[in-house]
Amino acid sequence: MAEAHAPDATHDDHDHKPHGWRRWVFATNHKDIGTMYLIFACTMFFIGGAMAMVIRLELFKPGMQFVDPQLFNSMTTMHALVMIFGAVMPAWTGLANWMIPMQVGAPDMALPRLNNFSFWILPFAFTLLLSSLFVPGGAPAGGWTMYPPLVLQNGASFPMLIFAVHMMGASSILGAINVVVTIMNMRAPGLTLLRMPLFVWTWLITAYLLIAVMPVLAGAVTMLLTDHFFGTTFFTAAGGGDPVMFQHIFWFFGHPEVYILILPAFGIVSEIIPTFSRKPLFGYEAMVYAVASIAFLSFIVWAHHMFTVGMPLAAQLFFMLSTMLIAVPTGVKVFNWTATMWKGSLSFEPPMLFALAFLFLFTIGGFSGLMLAIVPADYQYQDTYFVVAHFHYVLVPGAIFGIMAGVYYWLPKWVGKMYDQKLATWHFWLSTIFVNVLFFPQHFLGLAGMPRRIPDYAVQFTDWNMVSSIGGFGFGLAQLLFPYIIWKCVRSGAPVGAKAWEGAHGLEWELPSPAPYHSWTEPPSDAVIARGAEH
Amino acid sequence: MTRPRLASLACALAAVLATAAARAESGWALLNMTPGVTQMSRNIYRLHMEIFWICVAIAVVVFGVMIWSLVKFRKSRGAIPDVTLVHNTKVEFIWTVVPVVILVIMAVPAAKTLVEIEDTTKTELTIKVTGFQWGWYYDYLDDSVAYYSHLDRKSDEARELASGIDPNTVDHYLLSVDHPLVVPVDTKVRLLITGADVIHSWWVPAFGVKKDAIPGFVNEAWFKVDADKPGLYRGQCAELCGRDHGFMPIVVDARSKEDFAAWLKEQAALSRQATAPAASPPAVTGAASTAP
Repeated sequence: MAEAHAPDATHDDHDHKPHGWRRWVFATNHKDIGTMYLIFACTMFFIGGAMAMVIRLELFKPGMQFVDPQLFNSMTTMHALVMIFGAVMPAWTGLANWMIPMQVGAPDMALPRLNNFSFWILPFAFTLLLSSLFVPGGAPAGGWTMYPPLVLQNGASFPMLIFAVHMMGASSILGAINVVVTIMNMRAPGLTLLRMPLFVWTWLITAYLLIAVMPVLAGAVTMLLTDHFFGTTFFTAAGGGDPVMFQHIFWFFGHPEVYILILPAFGIVSEIIPTFSRKPLFGYEAMVYAVASIAFLSFIVWAHHMFTVGMPLAAQLFFMLSTMLIAVPTGVKVFNWTATMWKGSLSFEPPMLFALAFLFLFTIGGFSGLMLAIVPADYQYQDTYFVVAHFHYVLVPGAIFGIMAGVYYWLPKWVGKMYDQKLATWHFWLSTIFVNVLFFPQHFLGLAGMPRRIPDYAVQFTDWNMVSSIGGFGFGLAQLLFPYIIWKCVRSGAPVGAKAWEGAHGLEWELPSPAPYHSWTEPPSDAVIARGAEH
Repeated sequence: MTRPRLASLACALAAVLATAAARAESGWALLNMTPGVTQMSRNIYRLHMEIFWICVAIAVVVFGVMIWSLVKFRKSRGAIPDVTLVHNTKVEFIWTVVPVVILVIMAVPAAKTLVEIEDTTKTELTIKVTGFQWGWYYDYLDDSVAYYSHLDRKSDEARELASGIDPNTVDHYLLSVDHPLVVPVDTKVRLLITGADVIHSWWVPAFGVKKDAIPGFVNEAWFKVDADKPGLYRGQCAELCGRDHGFMPIVVDARSKEDFAAWLKEQAALSRQATAPAASPPAVTGAASTAP
């Protein structure tokens, strides 16, 4: 990819890179590491997707046809862990690696060796996690939420799960530290905080969330480990512990975690919509403050994941109200994106299409989220397919579409070539249609009373489950287009200029395409920054 | 994709839809929560519908503006961007304050209903519910009546991997039990809910009750079935509890007060007749060990 850059690039005299496997194993370059993160994430996306296919296949009709209930539970558990920690989070770190140095006018990330370490932890963590599929007792089957006492019933996979989570957490923390240090110390002179692109802003806030909550997760799973092996009873009532305390600790991590998954998507959409509306982002400062408020609120809403555990009335009221408050900054963001398109000059290239699908479908996920905040109604929704529909609406057309929008937006910059936009538009339409066929009926199933995480169901739920499964298979197949489009672009795309999109603004578009190996070896001038920072 | 392959795919899809449509009376109509058979479940249902319609109204406005922008401000239609439109304090103030007002409108009835749900005073009958892997144990605390409730045998046979039994031939597949929980209608019944091994969750949608069954802790919930609505009400465990989480349904048999009193008397007599060890409710077994 990057080695193919044009020989007339002014910076290529700094381009000393090792060749062969050393270039990747000893990588310290932000683009090489970013590429490895993205390839890793894409691989995990298909592994996690294959698990989802097993789930949808078993749920195609009532009765147990293909898998044992224990394996089914392993599939739901592993699908979540692989998608969250293996696909979405590494994809964001990969995009951060590629884009943040370019967007802040820096040559590379601040801590290149740390960067190498944080990536190379991941293949080991996931080899460990995935190999648990083959140990006696099977892979973890207690849900990705790892609630005790159930999680303690896992067999040989239990310590593998705990150690894998520890490694993923360490990798995330190191990646987040690198992002914070890069943004705080490596910005070009004159690029003040409130001139930074939204993707940099959302990642900065995401990085702080990661640093704040990943250690909490590590603490929680360490207590599980000692409960299992060293006779402690943190979460065992018989020994004076409390299984609900685990849920409080877990969701204190877990709720900020869902914003870790979605905030960078907010950033990407905030870059793409102005580009293809040919108009600056509406309410830039309000967007930054909205993200900061969402991040703050994410720390005080965790118990809305556990309204049915039997909390005091006052606690339930507090968590209901604080959760509802999140609708305010989220609304501000949706309104600002809409206002950005208002009186714009819109065109519909693949990145814009994915950003628009994000806008509509994430908003639907926001509505069901608001409904879930209402405690009495949540008693009926909790742990049903309504919840499954809700979080897949915010994570698939939310986070995943955000990642795809970002890749389609910046891919021409990375490789200096344009991809097949017609094929990418097909990818968009197939994904958008099937994602709705897949997840919309799950709202109906949940409201009609189908619990989540069950391998078989009462016959009245058959029809919508069949529809959902057909949507799932269609969505899964459509994703095969994505790596094909990228591969085809790298091999034989048509060359593009520095500014791949007519309406694009930002420092990354001031660099030649493909971007030079060491992005900005000289800080960009004031004039270049001013041109790039037209939000 | 070649044309014949596309055609065969379309045929397969049509066949699936046709078989599904043949059972149209059952599945397709299941789109929403049901109002249920208690005052509380109706309150919850009303709350759910109110919030749903508020969301629909907001969606119509927001999506309307978005779609209007997508249609009106297209470059292909010669739209010229207004690059000065980047900020408007008045509009931004409005779209921050209006949502706050809407949220308050939603929160007030929700809080009111929640306060009523949490009021477990003046109950007339108390039943202890213990979730275990994988079934329920019901203990009528004031009368020496207690028994286990498991998935019924027919469902249990049909749900085995590749059992060869069509679930459609099983009456209330996965939603019937050997011994339902029997309760009187028009009576405020209090449940004391706990878990024997891992966390379960006792959920009967028609009552609007879902409460976690947590080992070492006792949760409270209550319901009062309408006087004119005796019948069988079905639910399921709602918290992942291991291999057979999907196979521990709940069935509540709501009977008239007289029928319930007669049933309880009969059960109490049966339990007295039984030998001494059986008189005290047996400890819940069947739990997988959580010890290392």
